[in-house]
This record gives sequence, C-alpha cells and structure tokens, in this order.
Amino acid sequence: MCERIPQSVKSGIWQLASFLAFALFFVGLIFEGSRPASALPLTKADIRPLPAFARKYGMPCSACHLGWPMLSPFGQAFKDNGYQMGNDRDAPIFQQPAYWPVTFRITPIWHRESQDRTQVDGPGGPLTAEGQVTTHGFDWSGLDFHTAGTLAKNISFYVLPSSDNTGAFHFESVWARLDNLFGSTWFNLKMGKFELDNLLSEKRILTLTNVAGTYANYHFQPLVSPGNPANGAILATENYTFGIGDNQVGVEVMGHSKDDRTRYSVALLNSNDGQPSFTSTNGSEVTPTGRGYNGFFTASQAFQVGSLGLQRVGAFAMIGQAPTYFQFTQGGVGVPGSGIGNKSFYRDGLIGQWYIKKVDVTTMFFHGWDNAFLGSATPANTPLPAGARAPTWNGGLFETHYTLNPQLVLINRYELIRMSRQVFATNPANFGNKDVLTFGYRYYPFISSRAGFAFHNEYAIERQRDAAPISGLDLTTSSLLIGFDFAF
Amino acid sequence: MNTHSARTLRPLFVMVLTLLVPALGAAQEMESHIGKLTGHSGSGKQLYFRYCWGCHGFRGEGNGENWLPTGSFADEPYLNIQPRNFAAGTFKSRSTPTGTLPTDQDLYDAIGRGFVMSNMPSWITLTDQNRADLIAFIKTFSPRWKTEKSGDPINVPPEPKLTVESIKHGQELFQKLECWKCHGPEGRGDGPSASTLTDSNDQPIRPYNFAVGSRFKCGVTNQDLYKIFMTGLDGTPMPSFADVVKPDDAWDLVHFLRTLQVTRKSPELTLWETTEEGKKEIASRKLSGTPTGSGIRQ
Repeated sequence: MCERIPQSVKSGIWQLASFLAFALFFVGLIFEGSRPASALPLTKADIRPLPAFARKYGMPCSACHLGWPMLSPFGQAFKDNGYQMGNDRDAPIFQQPAYWPVTFRITPIWHRESQDRTQVDGPGGPLTAEGQVTTHGFDWSGLDFHTAGTLAKNISFYVLPSSDNTGAFHFESVWARLDNLFGSTWFNLKMGKFELDNLLSEKRILTLTNVAGTYANYHFQPLVSPGNPANGAILATENYTFGIGDNQVGVEVMGHSKDDRTRYSVALLNSNDGQPSFTSTNGSEVTPTGRGYNGFFTASQAFQVGSLGLQRVGAFAMIGQAPTYFQFTQGGVGVPGSGIGNKSFYRDGLIGQWYIKKVDVTTMFFHGWDNAFLGSATPANTPLPAGARAPTWNGGLFETHYTLNPQLVLINRYELIRMSRQVFATNPANFGNKDVLTFGYRYYPFISSRAGFAFHNEYAIERQRDAAPISGLDLTTSSLLIGFDFAF
Repeated sequence: MNTHSARTLRPLFVMVLTLLVPALGAAQEMESHIGKLTGHSGSGKQLYFRYCWGCHGFRGEGNGENWLPTGSFADEPYLNIQPRNFAAGTFKSRSTPTGTLPTDQDLYDAIGRGFVMSNMPSWITLTDQNRADLIAFIKTFSPRWKTEKSGDPINVPPEPKLTVESIKHGQELFQKLECWKCHGPEGRGDGPSASTLTDSNDQPIRPYNFAVGSRFKCGVTNQDLYKIFMTGLDGTPMPSFADVVKPDDAWDLVHFLRTLQVTRKSPELTLWETTEEGKKEIASRKLSGTPTGSGIRQ
C-alpha cells in the first residue's frame, strides 16, 4: 500500500527519479545566457512546520499538514484552538519535564536566479545600462527557531527568532494568546507580532524560490512611471512599507465555531509592517512611520460537498494609512515614529479553497487602491505632481496541489495583477502588470512525528510589463531551486 | 516447459493476476453505515495513514511510534494511555451491551468527540464522509467485524424527575455497588483499588476523577453517563451493571454522580447544595486557594 511509509526501495527510486528528472530539466537552463554576477538575495519566506507539536501530541506531521507547512483543516483547527487538542491535556504540566517545544528549520539548496534587464553600471556611468544577470550555485536559507505551544490551558504562545542566511537574527513572531475567553471559541485575543489570519497563508506557502516564495498579490504596489532612458530614473516601486503576507505588530481578536467551519478575525496593527521600535525600512531605504494604525478583517465559511471534501469561501480586507514624511529629523534622518501626512490605502479580496479528493485548488480575487500621494510617492506636504491619480488594480491567483499521498505534493500556481487605473494617465495601460507562474513538487521520504524532511524542486518565472528601469521594456525574472528542506 | 509454452502462458498468467488482485482487494473492503452515509474502507485507508497511524500503528494495534509501554526506557511514555487496539476489536465507548461490538454510529460519535484526558482529539473538523470512511477502514483490522454483527443499542429510558431523594438513593448505591473502591469516597479516582487497576493491555489505568473531570470519555450528557455503567467500558476494569441495577436505580446513580463534579455546575449539584448535608459535602470537596486548576494533574 503506497501510503505505508517505510518502503525504502520505493523511497530510493523516488529520490533517484526526482534528481534525474530535474537534472535533465535544469542542466540546459544553467548555462543558457549565464554570466558571472553577484548572487541575488535569497528571500525565501519564513515558513513553519513544527515537529515540536508532532512530538508533543504523538501525531505524524501529515495529520496537521496536507504537505508541510501547508495546513490541513485539522491543523487549522489546532492552530485556531491555540495549539490545543482540547482534550484537557494541553497544559505543559502533562508533558515530560524534559520536553522542550522547539523546532529548527533550515534549507540547503542549489538555485539559479536570472533577471533579463537588471540596472547595472555602463559606459555612461553608474546605473546607466541594463544587463541580464544570471547566477547559480549552492546556498542555504536562514535558520528558524520555532518555539511555541501552551503556557497553561488556554494561554498559548509563539516565539520565532529567525535568521537570514548570514546568521543575522530578527524576531519573526513574538506573541501570546488568551484562548477561549469567556469559555467560548468565538473569543481569542492575541497580542504581539504575528501572521495575519490569511486563509492563504504566506508563511505556509509550499514554494521557496525568490520569485514565488511570497505571493505577488500580497505585496504588490503600483509602479509610478516607466523608466526614462534620458535620465536613468529608477522606478519608485514600493512607496510605503506594507505586505499582507508579512507578520505585523498589533492585537487580534479571532473566533471560530467548534468544528472550525466558521471563522473570523479582526486585527489592529501598527503601520510599520512588523518592524520593532516604530522603525520601518523598505529595502535599504527608511520610510516614514507614524502613529497610524491599520485594520485587517477576515471571515470565512466552510461547507461539505458530498465525498469531495471540505470547501471554504472567505473574504478579507486591509484598510490603513501610511505616513508620507517625517515631522522631525535628527541630522537629516527621520525620527522613528514621527511620520505624519497619513494617506489611505486598502486591499480586499475573495478567496476560495476547493477540495476535490486529492486535488485542492485555491482561487483568489484581489483588489487594491492607493491614495494618489502614496501612489505617486509624494510627501503630503508637497503638491501632487500634475495629473497624479489614485491607482487601482485587480489581481488573481489560481493554485493547485495534487497530493498523491501524504509523501508527494505536486504544486502549480499562476498569479496575475492587472492595473485598472495608472497613477498617471500618460502611463501605458498595462504598465506594471504582473504574471507569475510556478510549478514544482515536494517529496517527503518519511512521515514521522519526530522530524520533517522534504526534497523540493521548483521553477518560477515572473514578468512585469514595462518595468525595466531604463529601457521601459518588460522585466522578466526567473528562479530555479532544488534542495533539502528539513525541520527537527 | 519450453520457451514457446512459457511465452504463450504469460498473457494468461497476467490476465488471471489482473482479475485476482481486485478480487482480493474486494474481499478486504468494508463498509460503515451512519444515517444516510456509507463509508468505504478504501477511502478510509488513505485517511488512516494520514491521520491515525502515528498513535494506532500500521496494523491498528495501538502501538504507533509514540507508544512506549510502561517499563520501557521512558517510565512515562508520551501517550500514557495506550491508543485503542483496533485489532482486538474491543471498544470502550458503546451504546451496545458489554462484550458486543459497537455500532458504526458509536464509532462515528467517538471520532467526532475525542477522548478527554487522552491524546485522542476531536476529529470533528473532518467531513462526515471522512469519518464514515475511517470507521469502515478501522473495521478491517479485527476479524470480529467479519464474523459478528454489532450489538443492539441498549434502551435508555426517559430520565425521571430530579429529586433530593433520588440523589440520596444514588449515594446509597454508590456505597452498595462499591464504586468507591476504585473511584474513591469523594469520586476523586483514589479508591483503595485504584493503584492496582490495569486494562486489557496490562497497562495501568486510572479511575475517572469526578472532582476535576470536565467531561466523560463517552460523552457529556446524563444519558451518556447512564450508558457508561449500563454497558461498561470494555477493555477496562469498569464493568457493566446492567444485570444488577434497575433503570430507575441507574438514574439515581447518575444524579448522585453529578454531585461529585464539584467544579461543574449542574442541576444536580445545585439541588444537592440546597440541603444541609449536601452543602457540607460540597464545601469540603471544593479545593480552595488553588490556581485555576487548569494545569493540575489528575
């Protein structure tokens, strides 16, 4: 029976087949158009399977994960219950004293990154030319220390120090949660830095590449205007720090029915995208942060359809304000938290998760709107550029997983973003439109309650219309990854 | 056999094998029936090897990778209550008389409810069909399901009116039937026999502690409690009292047992507290000056 895990022969054949199949696929890609270049950053999203939970409760990782780290409905309910089974044995007092709720995760990989019109130094001086930058080689991800569980019955916690691949640490998650307030599953209060209650979780994404390690829709901000060959202008791409997929700082109230079919959450968040001490960065650039708050709202309902499985539909919205300039500076540097000139933005969307036996399909419609000041990257204490308007756009996502058995998941995703109103009417109508295609698979040689291991192969390609910084042509980025993803 | 004959017979052999394999598979197929749902063991097998095998083991013998019997290198195994051994075909939570197989509905309810104070969670998040399929597959582990039918559910008569007399009579029965020997005089699971009890797997087992237990293993209602001592918990020292207790007496016992649950509000507790005797008893049983109790081990 194929679901019975310890079949060493079958495992060996699968591993060999995986290597060979992908070897054939990427050998041609490695050397095509390759030229020496500095390594592109590996920005794999931090994601979280927790063997610490599996060890605590004695369950295989497949109980909570369709393919880790993506949750099954049972795993989602476990998370919504504050990492509790609800069997009156959740408190730490019921664990062996030596039990330590910690999981480590890291991913050694080989990857190839390529971008066709990267801005580089040219004969005309710094940043005056475009070139195809392709690089490849062996690498590794950052290291995650997940520690989570319960402090007592109905008080849960999560602390996640996480490093990048240089070993520089930050706190990805720091929160405590009061579960089942008033004896009801409908009231749970969480405070700290946490992942938003996204039905489509970016922290549990099954893809790891630079291109597809995050959801494009969750982070998209409209481009301001096409590149200008005359002055070498750099596109303003992210006008304020923001990302629905990013962990945020704030407080959340969420609730759910006992069977987890009905869920809701409301969160009040800082406007600095989860950064500490009222700071905020956008790449190397410091962006203003202020006393503004964002709100995030979700609701969803699941229902059964015969033998197909559990289907879920939901909606979400993020409504907020972002400061556009610093009220005070010290030595020319903005004082953290003194940002003012708040301007509004919102994102909203509909999502569906459809299970058809071994196939699950996620569909998402996404809509975004930015105030004209944010869209044109203009401080609110200066006049708007002539003709600047509030940009709007729509997006979509179609992601399928074919879970042949708990050991093998085939992955495919297509995301698209289409501008419906440009910041400037003079911009091409399709300026900034984005398409991202991803496919790959994860193979888990063993399923256990003690550790997790995945053999991961993935290819992703992204094209953004007219986004090349100088020529104003399409910008294409691709990423290929093969590696071992393990947690223990 | 010469080469030519072998070549001729090979297609025939393959054909026979092709026909035989599904037939063998069909022989293993088992169904469950819950209301209008029909569960299939083929589908249930996939679910079992996703969700259940870690505790219940590959062959359903309750010896998954986390089960370490008492006396092994860890004195207190991760799961200090051994997961159900499906191969034995013995089930605690039934609506059927002792010694009989449970109904499919019993198993379906058990999966949805989970077992308090064990590592078996509620699987209510699975779809109804999933649970029905799982039950069908669980039934393939024991030959009992092939040779025996499920027992008929016992009759649970309507609950009589709650009175102080009913509670007092239940208290007398608690003494007379020697429930206290295991469950203790105050229902704390600390009777004189408690430390000697073992289950059908020769593993130590602890009697139910009414004082802190929020739910029973086999349900939460008075009807569930009635069923527990009229059917017994097969595989445990808890016997069936169906042959020695009349239905009205059983209800009286239910009413009394509810008064032992001093941390759980119930009509029985409220009524008992209105009597002088009950007031004193309850006050003496309630722990005072303790924390919330959420972490107190039984």
